[in-house]
Amino acid sequence: MADLNVSVVSAAQEVWSGRAKQIVARTVEGEIGILPGHEPMLAILGVGEVRVTTEDGATVRANAEDGFLSVEHDTVTIVARNAELIS
Amino acid sequence: MGAQLRVYRQKIRSAQTTKKITRAMELIAASRIQKAQQRVAASGPYSRAVTRAVSAVATYSNVDHILTTEPEKVERAAIVIFSSDRGLAGAFNANVLREAEELASLLKSQGKDVVYYLIGRKAVGYFAFRKRATEEAWIGGTDTPKVELAREIGDALVSRFIQPTSEGGVDEIHIVYNRFVSMLTQTPEVVRLLPLEVVEGVEEPGEREILPLYEFEPEVDAVLDALLPVYIESRIFNALLQSDASKQAATQKAMKSASDNADKLIRDYTRLANNARQSEITQQISEIVGGADALASAK
Repeated sequence: MADLNVSVVSAAQEVWSGRAKQIVARTVEGEIGILPGHEPMLAILGVGEVRVTTEDGATVRANAEDGFLSVEHDTVTIVARNAELIS
Repeated sequence: MGAQLRVYRQKIRSAQTTKKITRAMELIAASRIQKAQQRVAASGPYSRAVTRAVSAVATYSNVDHILTTEPEKVERAAIVIFSSDRGLAGAFNANVLREAEELASLLKSQGKDVVYYLIGRKAVGYFAFRKRATEEAWIGGTDTPKVELAREIGDALVSRFIQPTSEGGVDEIHIVYNRFVSMLTQTPEVVRLLPLEVVEGVEEPGEREILPLYEFEPEVDAVLDALLPVYIESRIFNALLQSDASKQAATQKAMKSASDNADKLIRDYTRLANNARQSEITQQISEIVGGADALASAK
């Protein structure tokens, strides 16, 4: 199965980018999980963290408030005014 | 030492101290351009992503949204002027203000009222001196601008835009800023911010594939409501960053030519001082010789 191409960007800079197997994010309507092959989507993010499971199985967690999420052709962009990684 | 010589030496010293200052400012500006440019580059992914999303919504849906619909009659237009807080930047502020004046007279000739929003002390000073009314002004934030400032400006503009015209709202918003083209060129640019014309091509990545049909969550309207202010904000943030980078470049150029001028002045005055010293010596010699001659012939 193909991978997802993920980038997390904040207003000032690109916070993280890389390839991932799965993404779990919280939109205003509830949690959503995204796997490769997901249909194109634009969603407004709610309060909560975004979890990215990378290719090698590690988990990257990021705080992304006040933003949105777009999915198309296995490219996922998480855009938030203030986004930062939680280490 | 002769009076003339002393005057020249004073002028040389004064030019030398001025040169030290302008040289330092030139170096500071040069190092800041780098940072400002990096910030412009770093904010690229965000504004690309936002623009892409907005154009996706706009092309997919034919929803009528207040921020995208053209008003039938434009009665009042707002101009946002991006100047700097400090001067010593050559024609930087003059250019942007002149461009704004041209735009204002164009809008007025179309029968529109013009209101002004100012960013940077220089524009505020320009308006205060001419005793002209401004709606709102932001000062002190133009050096390494923050996202928060862009957000504040964006919020103010959007809320004014949403107000009905009869209650003082505006129907159009234009921004005027200096765009950073290269270290040598910065051009003043006028962009109509609202009603929205999604800038495609500029922020779009190279390949122009057809945008897919999107699924929206929650609904198209809600997504658009949330996205458009973000888009406006990112345009304003971009303008702030561009303007900052241009300002640093303009300062560097202005200070470079000031240092060069100081060099030239120092050289010219040194020549004059040498001349004065030499003629003083010549005069003293001829006085001594003349005196000796007079003494010898008096015997």
